[in-house]
Amino acid sequence: MKIAITSTGNSLESKLDQRFGRCAYFIIYDTETKGIEIIPNPNKDVEEGAGPASVNLVASRNVKKIVSGAFGVKIKSLIDSLKIQMIVLKETDKTVQDIIDMLNK
Amino acid sequence: MSPRPIRIRKVSKPPVVSGFKPFGNKNTEKNKSVFLHYEEYEALRLCDYEMLNHHQAAVLMDVSRPTLTRIYSRARQKIAEALVDGKSIIIEGGKIYFDSDWYMCENCGCNFNHPVKTEEIKFCPLCKSNKITNIELGEEYDENYKPRCDDICICPECGYEQPHQPGRPCKNEICPQCNNRMVRKGTPHSRKFNY
Repeated sequence: MKIAITSTGNSLESKLDQRFGRCAYFIIYDTETKGIEIIPNPNKDVEEGAGPASVNLVASRNVKKIVSGAFGVKIKSLIDSLKIQMIVLKETDKTVQDIIDMLNK
Repeated sequence: MSPRPIRIRKVSKPPVVSGFKPFGNKNTEKNKSVFLHYEEYEALRLCDYEMLNHHQAAVLMDVSRPTLTRIYSRARQKIAEALVDGKSIIIEGGKIYFDSDWYMCENCGCNFNHPVKTEEIKFCPLCKSNKITNIELGEEYDENYKPRCDDICICPECGYEQPHQPGRPCKNEICPQCNNRMVRKGTPHSRKFNY
C-alpha cells in the first residue's frame, strides 16, 4: 500500500508540511517494498487550483492514504470520493522519517 | 448573469446496486432507461427508507429544504416513469460527494477519516493505537445549547445584583429585597438610577 506524506524538503529528515495543495514535496512510501519516491510539487506557487491538481498527481500514483497538516475544503470531498484516507496531523514537529517509523510499527 | 453554482450534495454511501432491470419484458421499450442521479437516490433513501422529513434530509445532504424537495420529486418522477414505461433504472451521475466519518486518535493526536465504509475501523492508521474516538466536524444543532451572557441585572432602588438570564427581560425580574423591577447594569437606562 502506498502512502503520500507532504514534506517541506526533499529528504526524510524534513518536517511534515502543514499544507497539502502547496506543499514543497510529496514523499510516497510503499509499505510493501519499503521504497520511497520523492516528487517535487509542481503546484507549489500556483495561485488557484493547487489542491485538485495535487490530488490528481497523488492519485495517479495509486496512493491509499495521505498524511498532511490540513486539507482544503475543495479537496476533502474529492479525496473522499477517490476512497483515499486522509490523516491530519496538526502542529507537529514530526519528520517524515518519524511518520514512516510510526507506519511501520 | 450566470446562474448560481449548484451546491454539491452530500451522499452518505453509494447504493448497493448500480441499477434495476424490468422483469418479463413484453411490450416494453427495449434498451430504454432512466438515469437516476446519486443525489436523487439519496433523497429517496432518506425520505422514504429512513423516514426522515424533508428538513432533516436536507440537513444531511447539505442542501436547502426546497432544493431537497425538488431533488426528491425528480426522483419520484423518474422512478414512476421507469415503472410505468417498463424502463430500466441506472443510478449514476449528479453533483455529489461521498461523506465519511472522521475519527481522532488519542495517542498521537491525529485526525483521520474512513473512506471505506464496509470495513469497521479499530486502529489508528498511523500509530496503530486503539484509542480512537469518533468526532463530528460539521456543525450540528445542539438541543442542550444555552446562550451564555455575562450581563448583570440590577435593582434601581437598592442596588441588588443578580446574573442575567438570557431570554428573560430584566424588567420581568423582581428584586427579592425591595420587590422592584430590575434593569440591566451598565446600560444608559440603569445609569439614570446612579448605579
